[in-house]
Formats: sequence, structure tokens, C-alpha cells
Amino acid sequence: MAEILVVTSGKGGVGKTTTSASIAMGLARAGKKTAVIDFDVGLRNLDLIMGCERRVVYDFVNVVHGEASLKQALIKDKRFDNLFVLAASQTRDKDALTKEGVEKVLKDLAEDGFDVIVCDSPAGIEKGAFLAMYFADRALVVVNPEVSSVRDSDRILGLLQSKTKKAENGERISEHLLLTRYNPERVEKGEMLSIADVEEILGLKVIGVIPESPDVLQASNSGNPVILDEQSNAGIAYTDAVARLLGEDRPMRFTTVEKKGFFAKIFGG
Amino acid sequence: MGIFDFLTGKKPATANLAKERLRIIVAQERSTRGGPDYLPLLQRELLEVIRKYVNVDVDAVKVDLVKDGEHDVLDISVSLPDKSS
Repeated sequence: MAEILVVTSGKGGVGKTTTSASIAMGLARAGKKTAVIDFDVGLRNLDLIMGCERRVVYDFVNVVHGEASLKQALIKDKRFDNLFVLAASQTRDKDALTKEGVEKVLKDLAEDGFDVIVCDSPAGIEKGAFLAMYFADRALVVVNPEVSSVRDSDRILGLLQSKTKKAENGERISEHLLLTRYNPERVEKGEMLSIADVEEILGLKVIGVIPESPDVLQASNSGNPVILDEQSNAGIAYTDAVARLLGEDRPMRFTTVEKKGFFAKIFGG
Repeated sequence: MGIFDFLTGKKPATANLAKERLRIIVAQERSTRGGPDYLPLLQRELLEVIRKYVNVDVDAVKVDLVKDGEHDVLDISVSLPDKSS
């Protein structure tokens, strides 16, 4: 049975695609046969973050419309041969995806022996976001320690509890919070919401905290998801988050300020 | 924070303010969630009508749909201002 994991947030620009790419790659590296699907029809971007943008021939909408087979459209990753990307279409037709079409693709992937299907949701609460979450077993809600992101996450959590197939069947999808762009220095200064603040407001524990890091942009620039950067705190934090998703118990890292020297303390450096 | 920070004119920290504002708005939005779509509109129109007669705050009118056994009860409460104000 394939597990369907939606990466969602409501608000745009919080790191959904970055997270989808790194989580999918981490799951594949852990041995899971993984597919990652870009649901952002019209604004394809997962391919760039995964570094396979020049190998997109067919896309998700082609498969839904029967213009290509799943096999033709799945792009095999060059780093892990158990990882596949399904790109979003660049069509402007908002109704290109249908519930039945999406269900069929997910079912076919499950029958193909995939262990995990990661659904990279578009921002907002329109059709694309709804379809990305509808069939999910689990949800990873990406949130920044910032007011609009936290509010939108609460809205999304509400939708996950009411507008998904599991919810309609009286079940509950398991929800996880992933806090990204976290800056312990600013938290310590009282300038940024802390992990505890976000957990308290949303009533949910975080499954991972990704520190704000210049490595994330470097990773996007080069098309190598940041999880592959073993020197990077953000990469290591994603690796930890994947381990926790797989049931491992790991302490949080990079969530407190590293000790400063005497002079730095005195002069506020 | 260093002891000379006051010289640089730093602004006061705002994380607590963010938390308080979020706590209130999230609680308010959760309370209307799942209810029928007409509730917010009903609340707004009721408020307009009441304000023709009494000068109440914008949050004075609360409209909730509560389950009471087999029935749905529309629970409307209006808090009036103090006489002195």
C-alpha cells in the first residue's frame, strides 16, 4: 500500500516545493520507492528544484487526459533510481485536473509498487490545493514563524480535517507541522515566534525545524535538493525530519543559539 | 542583546505581540469554521441592525450554531455596552 503524503501550507513562498523535493529525496535515500508529484498546474517548479527541468517530456495533465502513459511521464532521478518526478503541466486551463483523474494516477502508482507518493500542493485553497490534499493519508504542513503563515496553516489544518477523503469517511489524516526558515537568534531576541509559540497556537507539535539558511538558495540554484548537502544545517534538519516521518525518534537540532564569545555578548555582535 | 543596544535605537521585540494577535484571530476563525456559510453574513447584518439602535462594538454580536440533541440551535448573543460609557 502506497502512502500518500501531501506537502501543503496555504500561504505561498514558505518552502513547500523545497520541502517536497528534500523529503522525497530523503525518503528515496532511506530506501522507499518514492514518487513526487507537482500539483501546481500552470506554474511548474518542482522540476527545477529537483534538477530535471530539461527532461520533462510529458506531465501530470497529459497522464490524466490519457495523452501519455504514467511510465512515459515519470522522470527517473539521476541520483536515486527509486525516485521519480511527475511534473506539473504548464497549461493555463484551471480544470485540467479532475478528482477522478488524480485518483487514477495515484492508484496506478500504488499498483506500480510505490511506497510513498509525495504531493506538492500549490499555494492557496483553490482546486489544485484541494486535489493535492484530497486523497492524502498524511499531511506535512509547512509553516514559517510569521503571522500570515501561521494563520493560513490553521486554515489548512481545518480543511485537512473536513475536505479530504479520509475526513469524509470519518477518519482522520495524520498531520505534521514542519517549521521552516527558523532563526534562533531572532527568536532569542524576541523578534520571531518560537517553536513553542507556533505549536501552542496551532495545537500541534512540529516534526522538524529547518533553520533559515543560505544553503537553501544554493541548492535551488543548482537543482540539488538541500537534503543532499551534508554540510548544511538545513540539509541535516531535513534528514532528521525524514527519519521522524519514518518513525524514528530524534532530538531537534539547530533550534538554539550557538554560544557566543565574551566580547560578542558585551557588544551585542 | 548587548548592553549598548539602546544606543542603536533598536525597536522593541514583537514576537509576543504576534503571538497574542494570532491567538485571538485563530480562535475566532476556528469558532466560525465548519458552520454554514451564511453565518458570517448573518452576523454582519445583525450587527448593522443593532447598531441603528445601540452603539455596540463590532465584536458585540456572537452567532453560533450549536447542536442540542437532534436540533441545531442558532445561538445569538449581543453584549451591550456599560451604561456609563
